[in-house]
Amino acid sequence: MIVAERKPFEEIYECVKRHRKVLLLGCGTCVTVCMAGGEKEVNVLANQLALAARDRGDDVEVMEHTITRQCDDEFFDEATMKKVAEVDAVVSMGCGVGVQFCAAKFGDTAIYPGLNTKFYGATLEQGVWAERCAGCGECVLGDFGGVCPVARCSKSLLNGPCGGSADGKCEVDPENVDCAWQLIYDRMERLGRLEELEENRPMKDWSTNRDGGPRTVTREDVKL
Amino acid sequence: MDNEPNIIAFCCHYCAFTAADLAGTMRQQYPPNLRIVRLPCSGKVDVNLILQAFVEGADGVMVAGCEIGSCHFIEGNKRAVKRVAYAKKLVEEAGVNPARLEMFHIAASQGPLFARTAHEFTEYIKKLDAEAAEVPLATAAVDGESA
Ligand code: SF4
Ligand code: SF4
Repeated sequence: MIVAERKPFEEIYECVKRHRKVLLLGCGTCVTVCMAGGEKEVNVLANQLALAARDRGDDVEVMEHTITRQCDDEFFDEATMKKVAEVDAVVSMGCGVGVQFCAAKFGDTAIYPGLNTKFYGATLEQGVWAERCAGCGECVLGDFGGVCPVARCSKSLLNGPCGGSADGKCEVDPENVDCAWQLIYDRMERLGRLEELEENRPMKDWSTNRDGGPRTVTREDVKL
Repeated sequence: MDNEPNIIAFCCHYCAFTAADLAGTMRQQYPPNLRIVRLPCSGKVDVNLILQAFVEGADGVMVAGCEIGSCHFIEGNKRAVKRVAYAKKLVEEAGVNPARLEMFHIAASQGPLFARTAHEFTEYIKKLDAEAAEVPLATAAVDGESA
């Protein structure tokens, strides 16, 4: 899923206070799971904004609404569009994709991001999410025992490890980051495939990654 | 203006709520400022509940659960401690003094402790209200202008 984090309150308040009536729009998919921008988080922010506006004497009316997904046309139903039409601005609590989708849909209504979008990650335990994929466009997990060298090695090395690997930790942040290459080695060892790591890997074709410009995936067979 | 503070006390059914009941049975007085909301466990308290209490006009919010180690649901009170700490950060960001929110641990048998805690917290909130009235807050300035 896409993992995000609520923006600092002041940053959101600075945007909201420019307007009279604001809609906080939550997203019911990834950011609900990572507890950043779902119905509940929309409610927390609405309460915080109400308290702050009262304390500072600002006149801002805040409405709350959450849709299933902000990156899919079909969820922007009539009720949602009606609510948007009533306000001067929308704070999207979706990931960066949701914010941009809203911006394109809502035409002349101001839109602000309520979250900082972080990465594609997994839930390690409730309250802890970690990066696992960088969307490089050409997955090499099969060659590395199911551990991603692009997203999980701090230097995205395909011929690792570097000299900074010590006690299974990465030199970039030995407290918090496991060395991906240690994980790759351990896993390949378990699979009895260590000798494959002896091969030098040629440079990865990064044109499938962001280096080739913004990407689009098209499936002619399912298009309507 | 009514200057008696409104205090919401989220109390666990198994301890603090029973203690409040016991305080009553023991004829121990505690301030009428307190409005008790009974929860099945202090761990049921949610940051939204706490924030909503402040939005709807509470001057102080107490969350009261069992002593650490004696939660009926094992860890509910520990979760409440973490939520209260997070809620303190949220209310502070929104301009509310986080000291207006506090977590307490009161066992079912501690009726007198409940009464004393309620009394002390109410006095403390009154003191904060008095201090806030002295400091010319942004709100006070705006009220003055519109008057
Ligand atoms: S190799 Fe690329 S697609 Fe596969 S997990 Fe890593 S970043 Fe994602
Ligand atoms: S220590 Fe390991 S994870 Fe860190 S940069 Fe080197 S090879 Fe990559």
